Amino acid sequence: MKEILSGNEAIARGAYEAGCLVACAYPGTPSTEILENAIKYKEIDSSWSPNEKVSLEVAIGASFGGGRALCTMKHVGVNVAADPLFTLAYTGVRGGLVLVVADDPEMHSSQNEQDSRNYARFAKVPMLEPSDSQECKEFTKLAFELSEQYDMPVMLRSCTRISHGKSIVELGERITDLPTPKLQKNPAKLVMLPGNARVRHPMVEASLLKLSQDGTKMAINRSELRDKSVGIITSGVCYQYVREVMPDASTLKLGMVHPLPQELIREFAAQVDKIYVVEELDPFIEMQVKAMGINAIGKDIISQCGELTPGRLRTAFGLPQNLASQPEKLPGRPPNMCPGCPHRGVFYALNQLKAYVTGDIGCYTLGFMPPLSAMDTCVCMGASIGMATGVTKVVSDDEKKKVVAVIGDSTFLHTGINGLMDMVYNNSTATVVILDNSITAMTGRQDNPATGFTLMDDPAHAVDIPLLCKAVGVKNIRIVNPLDLEETKRVLAEEMERPETSVVITNKPCVLIKRENVYQRGQVYSVDEDECLGCRACLKIGCPAIEWRPADDGSKKGKAHIDSLLCNGCDVCRQLCKFDAIGSKK
Amino acid sequence: MNEQIKNILLVGVGGQGILLASEILSEAAMLAGFDVKKSEIHGMSQRGGSVVSHVRYGKEVFSPIVPEGEGDILFGFELMETCRSLPLLKAGGAVVANDLQISPPSVLMGHEVYPEGLVENIKTRFPDLLLLDGQQMAEQAGNVKAANTVLLGAVSKRLDIPEQFWIKALEKMVPSKAVEINKKAFLMGRACK
Ligand SMILES: Cc1ncc(C[n+]2csc(CCOP(=O)(O)OP(=O)(O)O)c2C)c(N)n1
Repeated sequence: MKEILSGNEAIARGAYEAGCLVACAYPGTPSTEILENAIKYKEIDSSWSPNEKVSLEVAIGASFGGGRALCTMKHVGVNVAADPLFTLAYTGVRGGLVLVVADDPEMHSSQNEQDSRNYARFAKVPMLEPSDSQECKEFTKLAFELSEQYDMPVMLRSCTRISHGKSIVELGERITDLPTPKLQKNPAKLVMLPGNARVRHPMVEASLLKLSQDGTKMAINRSELRDKSVGIITSGVCYQYVREVMPDASTLKLGMVHPLPQELIREFAAQVDKIYVVEELDPFIEMQVKAMGINAIGKDIISQCGELTPGRLRTAFGLPQNLASQPEKLPGRPPNMCPGCPHRGVFYALNQLKAYVTGDIGCYTLGFMPPLSAMDTCVCMGASIGMATGVTKVVSDDEKKKVVAVIGDSTFLHTGINGLMDMVYNNSTATVVILDNSITAMTGRQDNPATGFTLMDDPAHAVDIPLLCKAVGVKNIRIVNPLDLEETKRVLAEEMERPETSVVITNKPCVLIKRENVYQRGQVYSVDEDECLGCRACLKIGCPAIEWRPADDGSKKGKAHIDSLLCNGCDVCRQLCKFDAIGSKK
Repeated sequence: MNEQIKNILLVGVGGQGILLASEILSEAAMLAGFDVKKSEIHGMSQRGGSVVSHVRYGKEVFSPIVPEGEGDILFGFELMETCRSLPLLKAGGAVVANDLQISPPSVLMGHEVYPEGLVENIKTRFPDLLLLDGQQMAEQAGNVKAANTVLLGAVSKRLDIPEQFWIKALEKMVPSKAVEINKKAFLMGRACK
């Protein structure tokens, strides 16, 4: 049967067909939908982990127990999971273990565009790279087989265009003849103390060498000879752009990007006049090809920054562009917090209090945008709290009072809790705001250990965030309603003033939560045009439901208007109106 | 079968239902026996940001995104976004646009104005423009929510996919309660010149 599947759906399908028993992940664009699709297959135990390190460790355990395991994450997730990954390369596996990593060239939804292929080389783990959804499925299955055959974890690298691209996939059946998992002790292989690890390391090097040799014969590494004046080595989505733009060029399509099949590359290079490497981001293949003594051209013509497109590839090869019309200057349309979002009022208050806000990653990072403009730093998940501690170590006592860390519930449980431990332990006086909207919103509403449900929608214990803060030693814990501006501002001001660590936790849910009895939409508001003096105070929260309507006379005057279809009735704008012009419709 | 690849761009604002429309289009193309690829960006861009979905079909499709300047049809759900994506179209490409304006944050706050004369602007650059009031037509069909389907019907008229496959795709992708209204809305759009 044929279906149109996204790369992510196809990876989930591949894991199912491969007899995978356990799938786990921490969400992250563009990898999230792999696990969201894995739950369609009841044979797979699918779960969200609190962070990527835990997720990989769960997969490692499943593999050591004898089952096939899939772990997925976005590129930056591998930074978090790197510790277990590097030593997993030494232990090898029992049941096949596949780690999917989805890169985000162009940073469509990421804070950097690191190239995960470097991790494969650094951690000494083989890596496959599919070019479309059919390959996503086939390569996932092959990755499980290679993992067991070579006794190594195998990485599968996707990217935004592969994960979120859709193409036709031929479905297959699930294999059922895998051995039933059973405990089996093997400490010499699985206990990585120096004595054992010294034995394992040479085995890893030998396996990589063997895989590189075997790679020359693997069907996924394919030399396609056409016009021999130009030979292009490429992989992943870049292969598609090469075929699109230069259909006559000879190509060496690499399905395995680590280790490289060196013999095959030499054979290909010998058959063509000029060698190019077409790859996004780092010169990963190019450097190794050059180290083999082959004179390849790559990053001299293709940028290390951003993603490739057919047009950019045309430019790189000096081919004419097809542009029929030029881009025009139009007002931008950046993403925005939703109407009624409980984060909005907190940033309004922080702006008013002139706080120095160390930020974190989630929907609330949009608090950086005008008019809220209340975020001063954002580096990686969980970093807000450590950064706040660090800032308070160097600035004056007066300035210390301005320092506020802001972090979401999912991010707090991901890696924020460690920072809070440090903050208390080392007596930092900063204030931490935990924006608990009862969901992992940014990546599309995933449950987390504080929401009370699992990925499979089973009820679960919900972490008590205030109690957790108390347990690490925070003495001042305040719960606020973020939709009450006066209360929010007052409590924040009090806690910022206090020369001790304090935590302020907001308690209103995300407006996008679908589960019953969590979020309730309020009364829709409207502006009484007779009362509105056009002071623009309500525009300072940047709500998408509030529009400034200029007066017809072309003057600076005008009035505010509320779009009744968009308004969720959070009441925040009403609190800002000094003239009682905003109210709910009766 | 036509060897040429058809390139369609669906553009608008996050939350307008662009992804569903592009799924229906892809499904119809697959049912008609074509190779299909489709690509778009999820994530940050969904919080009310610009959305561009690329659908390509033909005998064998390579790139999942429409090469710059090779779009055959631009299917715009919102006027400013339609205008923003014009550079993706080939010379003489067709535009099917919904006559709808959604203000971005800078306009809502009164810092910028929503650009005027967009329709004329599009028309001078791409004369093959079909401007429709999707909302109003959908209301006639029985539900405002079917506006995208009306527009999809108008787009379908310009593509070499037989009607039966569009109907099959609608039946598969639209919730069963809404199928009848959507079929009606689709055929209304398809009847537009
Ligand atoms: C290491 C890492 N993993 C995953 C992500 C993707 N990601 C960005 S924000 C976010 C979750 C935010 O959830 P929460 O903190 O609850 O804030 P909300 O979006 O709900 O406001 C995730 C998973 C990331 N940027 N970095």
